[in-house]
Amino acid sequence: MRRWRRSEPPVTDDGSHAIATSGLTKRFGSQVAVNAIDLAVPTGAVYGFLGPNGSGKTTTIRMLLGLVMPTAGSFRVLGEEQATLTAALPRVGALVEGPAFHLYLSGRANLRRLDAADRYADPATARRRIDAALDRVGLLAAADKRFRAYSLGMRQRLAIAAALLTPKDLLVLDEPTNGLDPQGTREVRHLVSSLAGDGTTVLVSSHLLSEIEQMCSHVGVMHVGRMLRQGTVAEVTRGVHPLARLETPDPAAAVPVLQGLGLTEVRVEGHLVIGELGEVPPEKVVAACVHAGLDVTGFAVAAPSLEDTFVALTGEGFDVSG
Amino acid sequence: MSAAEITQATRLTVAPRVGTRFLRSELRLIFGRRRNQLALVVLGLPPIAIAIAVRTSLSQPGSTAPTFFSSIAGNGLFVALAALTVEMAMLLPLATAMTSGDSVAGEANSGTLRYLLTVPVGRLRLLFVKYAGIVVFALTSTLVVALVGVLVGVILFGGGSMTLLSGNQIGFVEGLLRVVGAALYLGAGMAALGAVGLLISTLTEQPIAATLATVVFSAGSLIIDQIPQLGALHPYLLVDRWADFSDLFRFPILWTGVMHGLYVDLAYVVVAFLAAWARFSVKDITS
Repeated sequence: MRRWRRSEPPVTDDGSHAIATSGLTKRFGSQVAVNAIDLAVPTGAVYGFLGPNGSGKTTTIRMLLGLVMPTAGSFRVLGEEQATLTAALPRVGALVEGPAFHLYLSGRANLRRLDAADRYADPATARRRIDAALDRVGLLAAADKRFRAYSLGMRQRLAIAAALLTPKDLLVLDEPTNGLDPQGTREVRHLVSSLAGDGTTVLVSSHLLSEIEQMCSHVGVMHVGRMLRQGTVAEVTRGVHPLARLETPDPAAAVPVLQGLGLTEVRVEGHLVIGELGEVPPEKVVAACVHAGLDVTGFAVAAPSLEDTFVALTGEGFDVSG
Repeated sequence: MSAAEITQATRLTVAPRVGTRFLRSELRLIFGRRRNQLALVVLGLPPIAIAIAVRTSLSQPGSTAPTFFSSIAGNGLFVALAALTVEMAMLLPLATAMTSGDSVAGEANSGTLRYLLTVPVGRLRLLFVKYAGIVVFALTSTLVVALVGVLVGVILFGGGSMTLLSGNQIGFVEGLLRVVGAALYLGAGMAALGAVGLLISTLTEQPIAATLATVVFSAGSLIIDQIPQLGALHPYLLVDRWADFSDLFRFPILWTGVMHGLYVDLAYVVVAFLAAWARFSVKDITS
């Protein structure tokens, strides 16, 4: 298990990380929104930024984009520190806390406005780039409707299109599938995968664990302003032991047997006895039960999901952080 | 566009463009907005109303009528000046307060501010462009009043040479130029009020609140300006010299009041803009 703590040295700029923070902290008054996190997003990764609503993900993203000033700590985005962040931002596409556009302008006019504000965007190619971005998110047919008339899913797509107007090395997508139907969610997943396939680093935040698990190479888990754990998906789930589920007509008698083997958190649910395997080899469980004269009608080992990991790390469900 | 084109970020080897594209986009946003178009229409109504009222009333305004009104029958250009006088206190500041109050707070309120800043638009550049838009709208507003006044006035009362307040006569073209000068002078005053509006707009995420506060600032200045006991404050009030545009219609032109007014405008612009910059440059954008 790999844990990142404040005591670790700041991540140096060797080009291996698209985003690296060191002790990054943000306080709003007396409330600590982000508490000394060391975020490390390797270049080329699809990094799932996990945590319940209110855990500090969005505040972290706002700091990385220069919208909010850190109270303490430092960060680098595409090699640029906070002071020179504007040199990196043209290569960063961002979707922060939902789409926001001028209500009375069309989708296309809204993109044209953002493109006009970009000093690195070539006006000669604006029309083509805007249409390409709209096409990429499947919004070309509704391009000339007013933003006011867009559904939440269409608004979300337009925000993603805005992030794709010019070539990007890093995409920061805060809850990109919010409000999308299952089809749209799948499309966003494909889009993220295809962008990542081209070498774009992606930081995608979500509170939907299953979504993250499918598209990410790395994850970081935030909770109440702290980074609980981060690394590759395998690294993060490694520390959580798989669960053994034993089915027997006499579960009460099985409990001491399993405990004797070294399983922890053993509990009874109907005909099931469930316990954390820990380092106990699964094959020993059935043997021990049979040896103790128990009837075993079923046995399964469940690999830990991110959900299990999160529950194990926080001791609670994936709910709003206080 | 192929995926490869999207990733290859070769463009940062290109220097950032210097141009008016963002400003033009800002102007399109301001002038394309129904509310602002309506405001310009409303500003054009008083000169029409004044001209028709004077034309159709049986008794022409006597010598006791407010400045400019008594001269309308003699030359249509005075319709513009009468309209500027009646709109100076309320309607013109209101229009300026509307666009300037909305400038930053409106973007913050709709959330578009965070997307502009991550494009990235530098915060100082954003303030400059926002303020430039405010100035253009302010000048447009006073010019609309003046030009509608000139147009209606000349149609209903004719043009020709203009008799100044001092009794001298000047030609129509010179008279027209002086009317435009008066509109630009008042426009500068509105632009200075717009700087105050910009400052207030960086302090809140509620555009209506920023607009109201700017109106209150303007109205409050007018009230103080009319209390003789507070005379010591008057030279520092933004509105104090606005009415001095009438000095442009004397012979020779009395520059003292107008120049004083322009200096006060400039001082307000510098102080308000710097304060807006000081506030906005370190502001946490949480909207």
